[in-house]
Amino acid sequence: MVFLTFNYGEIIAYMDNLFILLLLPVLGALALVFVQHEKAAKQLALIVSLVSLGLTVSLLTRFVPDASMQFVQRFDWIPSLGIHFHLGVDGISLPLVLLTNVLVPLIILSAFSHSYKSNFYALVLFMQAGLLLVFTALDAFVFYVGWEIALIPIYFICALWGGEDRIRINLKFFIYTFFGSLLMLTAIIYLHLQTPANDYELTSFYQLGLESGVQRWVFWAFFIAFAIKMPIFPFHTWQPDTYTNAPTAGTMLLSGIMLKMGVYGLIRWLIPIAPLGFAAYGQLALVLCIIGVVYASIIAFKQRDAKRLIAYSSIAHVGLIGAGVFAWNIQGVQGAIIQMVNHGISVVGLFFVLDIVERRVGSRDITLMGGIAKPAPALAIAFLVIVMGAVGLPLTNGFIGEFLLLMGIYEYGLWYAVFGGLTLIFGAVYLLRLYQKVMLGEVNEQTAGFVDITRTEWLVLAAVVVLVVGIGVYPKPLLNLSEAAVTNLINGIGQTANR
Amino acid sequence: MLPLVGFLINGLARNVLPKSLVGAIGSGVVLAAFLLSCGVFSSVYAARQAGETATFIQPIFQWIGAGDLRVSMSFLVDPLSAIMLLIVTGIGFLIHVYSIGYMKHDAGFAKFFAFLNLFIFFMLLLVLGSNYVVMFIGWEGVGLCSYLLIGFWFTNTAYAGAAKKAFVMNRIGDLGFLIAVFLIFATFGTLEFSQIFPQAAGMMTGDATLLLITLLLFIAATGKSAQIPLFTWLPDAMAGPTPVSALIHAATMVTAGIYMIARSNILFTLSPITLQIVAAIGLCTALLAAAIAITQNDIKKVLAYSTVSQLGYMFLGLGVGAFTGAFFHVITHAFFKGLLFLGAGSVIHAMSNEQDMRNMGGLRKQLPITYLTMLMGTIAIAGIPPLSGFFSKDEILAHAFATNKLLWILGFIGALFTAFYMFRMLFLTFFGKFRGSAEQANHVHESPVTMTIPLIVLAVLSVIGGLLNVPAALGGGHALAEFLSPVFADSAARSEAFHLAHSTEYLLMGISAIGAIVMAVVAYRKYVSNAAVPTADEAPRGVLSRLSYHKFYVDELYDRLIVRPLNGLSVFFYRFTDKGGIDGLVNGLDKTIGETGKGLRLLQSGNVGFYIFMMVIAAVALLAYGFFNL
Repeated sequence: MVFLTFNYGEIIAYMDNLFILLLLPVLGALALVFVQHEKAAKQLALIVSLVSLGLTVSLLTRFVPDASMQFVQRFDWIPSLGIHFHLGVDGISLPLVLLTNVLVPLIILSAFSHSYKSNFYALVLFMQAGLLLVFTALDAFVFYVGWEIALIPIYFICALWGGEDRIRINLKFFIYTFFGSLLMLTAIIYLHLQTPANDYELTSFYQLGLESGVQRWVFWAFFIAFAIKMPIFPFHTWQPDTYTNAPTAGTMLLSGIMLKMGVYGLIRWLIPIAPLGFAAYGQLALVLCIIGVVYASIIAFKQRDAKRLIAYSSIAHVGLIGAGVFAWNIQGVQGAIIQMVNHGISVVGLFFVLDIVERRVGSRDITLMGGIAKPAPALAIAFLVIVMGAVGLPLTNGFIGEFLLLMGIYEYGLWYAVFGGLTLIFGAVYLLRLYQKVMLGEVNEQTAGFVDITRTEWLVLAAVVVLVVGIGVYPKPLLNLSEAAVTNLINGIGQTANR
Repeated sequence: MLPLVGFLINGLARNVLPKSLVGAIGSGVVLAAFLLSCGVFSSVYAARQAGETATFIQPIFQWIGAGDLRVSMSFLVDPLSAIMLLIVTGIGFLIHVYSIGYMKHDAGFAKFFAFLNLFIFFMLLLVLGSNYVVMFIGWEGVGLCSYLLIGFWFTNTAYAGAAKKAFVMNRIGDLGFLIAVFLIFATFGTLEFSQIFPQAAGMMTGDATLLLITLLLFIAATGKSAQIPLFTWLPDAMAGPTPVSALIHAATMVTAGIYMIARSNILFTLSPITLQIVAAIGLCTALLAAAIAITQNDIKKVLAYSTVSQLGYMFLGLGVGAFTGAFFHVITHAFFKGLLFLGAGSVIHAMSNEQDMRNMGGLRKQLPITYLTMLMGTIAIAGIPPLSGFFSKDEILAHAFATNKLLWILGFIGALFTAFYMFRMLFLTFFGKFRGSAEQANHVHESPVTMTIPLIVLAVLSVIGGLLNVPAALGGGHALAEFLSPVFADSAARSEAFHLAHSTEYLLMGISAIGAIVMAVVAYRKYVSNAAVPTADEAPRGVLSRLSYHKFYVDELYDRLIVRPLNGLSVFFYRFTDKGGIDGLVNGLDKTIGETGKGLRLLQSGNVGFYIFMMVIAAVALLAYGFFNL
C-alpha cells in the first residue's frame, strides 16, 4: 500500500535529475524492441519523448542562470580505471539538452507519415540517450561513450532506411567519423595519463596546463574529430552524400542535433583544454570555417537535388557557427550557442518540408517542381517562414544568431566578417531559388495533384514556425541562460592563455 | 501608444474574411495609424512651436544582450520621424483604399491586404527605431514585404524571378548596413541614435572611421533606394500590382535610404569625401535613369526609371548638404509619384491590363479624372511652378549650384529629360488617336470611386505640397526647414551656411522653369502635333537610342560579370574540387581499407531488433558493472 500513498510531487522531484533523463529514452528503446504493433510503437515513442521534454522543462524552471554546473550527479563507474559517471549541466549545455528534447518529439512526429516499424523508433530514442550523454558528460570517458553511442543508431537508421547507394555512402560516413573518434580517444587517454589523480574529469583536464608543443597536437586530435562531425571544410565530403541518402528523420537527427556535438566539443573540450594550441591554430581553424561558408554556399547555388542543396547550406551555416566559436569572444560564443539551437530548428523544418514535397511529387529534383504554393498555401506559408529564418531575416531566430556571430567575428577581424557576411547574400540566393523552384511558378503535371498538409504535418510545422518567430522576437530568455557561463568560460581561458 | 498600432496591424495582418470586410479592416487599421500619427505629429509640432527640440524616446523591452552589447526595442519620435509617419500612414491609407477597387477581382485579395499591412508595420519600425538595429529590422522587413508583393502573382516565373532579384540586391546593401552597425558599435560603444550623434558631433571632420561607416551606410542606401550600382531591381519590381509600385517602390520604401542618411546626417557631414561620392552617384543615377526613361514604352517602366532618377536627385541633395531639401523632395515625390503610379494603374485597369503606351492614346475623354490628376502629377514632377516638384527640386539644385556649378548644369539637364519623358508619357497615353484593340476600346471605363478619390487627394497634395517649404527668396518662411532644424542642428553647426543671393536664385528658378516648359512643348510637337508613335521593338535604332532602349545593357553586364562566373564556379567547385579533389583523396584512402568494408557489409543483413537489443543490454550492463562494483 506504500505505492498508493506516494506523493506525486515527490515522484516528480525524484525524477527530476539528469540520470533519469538519460535513462528514460534507453528504457523506451528497450521497451520498443518488444512492441510489434506499428501504431503502438509510434505512440509509445512519442509519449516517451514528450515525457523527456517535460522533464527538461522542469529542469529548466529550476535552473539558476549563473556560471555553475547544476543538477550534478557523480558515481564511481569503473573505479580501477578512474572513470566516474559524472553528469551536470550549465548554461552552455542546457540549451543543447533542451534542443535535443524539443527536436526528438518533432522528429518522431514527422516520421509518422512513413510506415516505420518499432525498431526505427527504438533507434531514434537510443540515439537521443547518446546525444544527451554527450551534452551532459563531465567526464571525458563518459563523453566518449556518448559520442560513440550516438553514432551507432544513426548508422543503422541510414543503413536500413536510406536511399539506393546507402551501403557505400554509409560505410564512408562511418569510417570518416570513426577515424576522428579514434584520434580523440588517443588524446583523451593521453590526457588521462597526465592527470595527477589518474582520472577523466573535465576539471582535471582543464587544470593540466600542458606545455605548448603537447597542446598543439591535442588541439589537432580534438579538432579533427569535431571538424568531421560538424563538418568543417575540408572534412565535409561525407556529409552531402550522407544527408541526401539518409531517410529524412536520419537527416534531421544528423543535422539538427548530432552536428552540434562537434560545436559543443569545441566550446567545452577543445579550447579550454588546449588554450595554447588554440592560440597557435585558432586563426587557421577560423579561416577554414569561413572558407566553408563561402565554398559551400557557392556549391549550393546550382544544386538540383533539394536535399543536397540544404546539406551544402548546412555546411555554410555551421561554418559560420564554428567561426563564431573560434573568434572566442562573448558575442561570438553566445551567437554560436543560440545559433546551434536555431539551426537545429530551421534545418528540421526545412528537411521536413522537403520530405513532404518528395513524398507527394516523387522526386527531389527542384527543376521538375513548381507552383506548389497554389494547391498548398499552408505549406507555402510555413516554408516561407522557415526559409526566412534560415536566411536570417530580423524577427526570426536566424537573425539573432547571425547578428551575434558576425559581430563576434567582426571583433576578431573586419575581413573575416565581410566574407562570413557573404552568407547573408548567398543564403538568400540559394534558398530563394529553392523556394521559387518548388513553390512558385506554374503548376506542372508533377505538382498538379499536390495535396496540402495533413494534421500531423501541420502540427510539426506549426511548432517549428512558432519557435522560429518566438525566438526571433524575444530571444532574451535563451540568451540569459548561457550568458554567465560563457562569460566565465571566456574570461577563464583568457587568463590561462595569458599565463 | 504607437507600438500598439504596429502590433494591432501585425495582429490583423492575417485574416480570412469576406472581401469587403478585409478591405475595410486593412484600410481601417492604417487609417487608425494615420490618425494616431496625426496626434503624434501635432504634439511634436506643439513642442517645436514652444521652442523645444521635440525628441521623445519610448523603450519597450531589451531585445538582444551579449557581453557589453545591449540592444533594446525602443522607438524615437522627433520632427523627422513624425513627418515620415504622416507620409507612410497617410499615403499608405490612400493606397489601401485604392487597392480595394484595383484588386477587386483578384483571388488573393485578403493575402494582398495582409502583406500591405505587414509592410506598413515594418515601415513604421524602420521610421520609429531609436537605434540602428531596430531600424535594420524595419529595413529588412520592408524588403521581405517587397519580395512578397513583387512576386504576388507568383505563377508567372518572370515575376517570381524579379522578386528574388530585388531581395538579393537589397541583401548586398544590407551586408553593408550590418557591418556599419558593427563598426558603429566598436567606435561608439552603443547603437542608440541619441548617444551616437552627440559623441560624433565632437569628432574631427574627415575622421577615417566615420568615413568607413558612412561609406558602408551609403552602400546600404544604394541597395534600398536603387542607386548605381544596385538600381536594376527597381524597374523589374514593377512586376508587382500597381498599388504596390506606388506605395513601396515609389512613395515610401525606396526613400528609406534617404531617411537613414538624413537621420545620420552628422556622420555624413563630418565625412566630406562620402558626401562627394553620394552627390556624384546620385547625379549619375539621376542622369542614367532619365536617359533610359526617354525611350521606354511600358508606362510603368517609364515611371520606375523616373523614380530611380528622382531618388538620384534626393541623393544629390544629401551630397551637397541640402538635408532639408532632399527630405522635402521625399515628401513631394511621395505625393506626385504615388499619384502618377496610381493614375497609371487606373489606365492599366481601364485598358484591361495593357501597359504598352503604343497601344494607348486618346484616353483623355474616357478617363477625365485620371487624365486631370495625372496632368497635375506630370506638371509637378517636371518642375513647373507653382506645383510642389518645382520647389523641392529647385532647393536641391540651388544647393548644388552653391557647391559646384557643374553639378547644377548636369542636374538641370536631367530635369530637362524629366520634363520630356513625363510629357511624352502623358501625350502618348491621353492624346492622339486610340491605338488599342477594338475589344479594349469597348471596355475602356473610368475607374471606381475608391480609386479616383485617392487620385484626387494626391493631386491636390501635389499641387499645394510646395507650400510646405517656400524659400525666402519667394517670400516664404522655410517652414519645413524650421521644423526640422533640431534634427540637422549639429550638421548645420559644422558646415558652411548655405548662401546664395536672391537674384541668383531667381535666375536659377527662371531657367529651370522655362526649360521644363520648353521640353513640354517639344514633347507636344512631337507626339501630339506630329502624332509620332514609338517604333516597334525590332525597328532599327541609332546607337544612343539603342543603348537607352536596352537600359545601357546593365543587366546583361551584371549577368556576364557576376552571375555567370558564380554559377560556373558553383559547378566547378561541386564537380572538380568537392567530388574530384577532396572526396577523391578520401576515397583513395577508403579503397585501401575496402576489404574491411566488405567484411563489415556482411554483418549488416541481420535482425536490427537484435542489434538494438544487444546494444542496450551492453550499455546497461556496462553501467551496472560500475554500480555493483561499489
